[in-house]
Amino acid sequence: MSEKILEAINIYKEFHDPVTVPVLQDISFSINKSEFVAVTGKSGCGKSTLLYILSTMDTDYKGELFIDNEPMKNKKEAQLAAIRNQKIGFVFQFHYLLNEFTVLQNVMLPGLKLNKYSAKEVEHRAIEKLTMLGIEKLALKNANRVSGGEKQRVAIARALINDPVIIMGDEPTGNLDKKNSEIVFDIFKQLAAEFKQTLLIVTHDEGFAKKTNRIIEMEDGRIIN
Amino acid sequence: MNYKLLINIAKSLLLARWKQTLVAAIGVTFSISMFITLLSFMTGLNDLLDGLILNRTPHIRLYNEIKPNKDQPVNATAEFKDRYNFIRSLKSGGSRQEIYNSAAVLQALKNDQRVLGYAPKIFAPVFFNDGSINIAGVINGIEVDAESSYFHFNDYIIEGAAEDLNKVSNSIILGKGLAANLLADIGDIVQVTTSQGERFPLKVVGIFQTGIQDFDKTQSYATIVSVQKVFGKASNYITDIQVKLKDVKTAPAVALVYADLFHLDALDIQTANSQFETGSFIRTLISYAVGITLLIVAGFGIYNILNMMIFEKMDSIAILKATGFSGRDVKRIFLLIALSIGFFGGLIGLLAGFGLSAVIDQIPFTTASLPTVKTYPIHYNPLFYVIGAAFSLITTYLAGWFPSRKASKIDPVIIIRGK
Repeated sequence: MSEKILEAINIYKEFHDPVTVPVLQDISFSINKSEFVAVTGKSGCGKSTLLYILSTMDTDYKGELFIDNEPMKNKKEAQLAAIRNQKIGFVFQFHYLLNEFTVLQNVMLPGLKLNKYSAKEVEHRAIEKLTMLGIEKLALKNANRVSGGEKQRVAIARALINDPVIIMGDEPTGNLDKKNSEIVFDIFKQLAAEFKQTLLIVTHDEGFAKKTNRIIEMEDGRIIN
Repeated sequence: MNYKLLINIAKSLLLARWKQTLVAAIGVTFSISMFITLLSFMTGLNDLLDGLILNRTPHIRLYNEIKPNKDQPVNATAEFKDRYNFIRSLKSGGSRQEIYNSAAVLQALKNDQRVLGYAPKIFAPVFFNDGSINIAGVINGIEVDAESSYFHFNDYIIEGAAEDLNKVSNSIILGKGLAANLLADIGDIVQVTTSQGERFPLKVVGIFQTGIQDFDKTQSYATIVSVQKVFGKASNYITDIQVKLKDVKTAPAVALVYADLFHLDALDIQTANSQFETGSFIRTLISYAVGITLLIVAGFGIYNILNMMIFEKMDSIAILKATGFSGRDVKRIFLLIALSIGFFGGLIGLLAGFGLSAVIDQIPFTTASLPTVKTYPIHYNPLFYVIGAAFSLITTYLAGWFPSRKASKIDPVIIIRGK
């Protein structure tokens, strides 16, 4: 029995605009440590909405959510921000780097925010992560001067900087060409296999999903498989 | 709280948009420098205008008013003492303009801690004779040293020197208008006639100009000794004592005490010249109002630019929040941006304001009525700079507060989903 990293119990959410429509119903599942999970489903089935709830950014839902065995209900915005900072790494479809900073600074930001290590150590760790992803040469480039595939790798390095308990991805390969998609997938695979990193990736790319350990399939706001 | 990180982020956001930042900062700089210059100049002008009259005005003037005696004989008689007596056709007793026992009064003033200085004076109406024409005027008998040190007498002498009154016996300094009417110049002798009909020659040793035409046309100054000689009075004869206090605000209260103590009339500066304070107050109020308006306009500039910046940086704010920065952190970042615009803009504004005041201070400004003023008057007061600095920070803080709050409330889900 391996330890549970994330557990969702009866998550329910509805949109009120323009009429009340339930978008997520009876979502219950858990993810264990070092699992590589893909959430799939058609556009509009609620998989991204689910991810935002699981990532603590969306707090408007009913049901229970535990991350690292800690309940997420009734926490304040600042507390949730601290949890995101420490325990969750994000990779989005659109790379979302801060263009005012260099690649290295982008990777370092969550680490500096966590303030667990000194700036020197954070920098060292950031370079380590970049090296691991094979992009250490880009470290001092401005974030808006690197290509899309590289940006996504920088985003992964940033997600890793605080050694999160789980990495969440929202269509991380959705905006990349085939070659870069494969690179990114291989990175995820390597993280799961070698570093026992837990991953939860939302994707509508069947090929991508098939290669993961476990697929959660969604339709009309429910888990069907 | 990791302020260093927040400051770094704020700095990067600022520098990434340095042109906008510069425009916002220039707005603050401009308004602060104008605020400083305006206040310095206005206050300088106020001091100048007030000084025109108030420099020459004693804080308290002790004298005998020409008025009916309060103690009428009928009130003192045993028979009518307890009655209410109506007395008709009473005349003012003007015979005693002299201050009784003046030496004792002066000694008392000398020992009074509240008094900065005093100058005895004789106020004497005379006629100046020019051929067959008599010009009504006044000779002020003064003690030259006291008059100069406490009442800026020296500043108003445009020809000759005040000390010459002491050096040359039977000498006089004429007002500019009076000298022109008498066709008198330095070295000339003018004839004066007292109200008793005595004629006396006095030598002109100087000409003064106060800037007030009516005053310059009738007034003249001589030493107390000379005036006593002209009127044939004893050496303790004086009609006025001008008192300068350490704290001008206490003048009305002290005047009441003196009036009672010395049995004299005492007129304080506030009662005599209340219109000046009102004028100064209104002018200062206007300059503050204009300065603060400028700052508020600059504040709106900052508000706009920050709003625009937040709109542009939605993605960055979303990612900061997703990676663990709380709404509070985001708010602090944008407040830091606003405050640094205010701080640096304000700092340069203070320096520019000082520079501009210094330049205005050098611009020649000569007017016939103000002989001592050669350049535009500027009043340098550290308080203006403190107010300017405080206001630049307060307005930028307020201007930054609403956009920052907006930034802190941005929901990252909406931004990330919206792409």
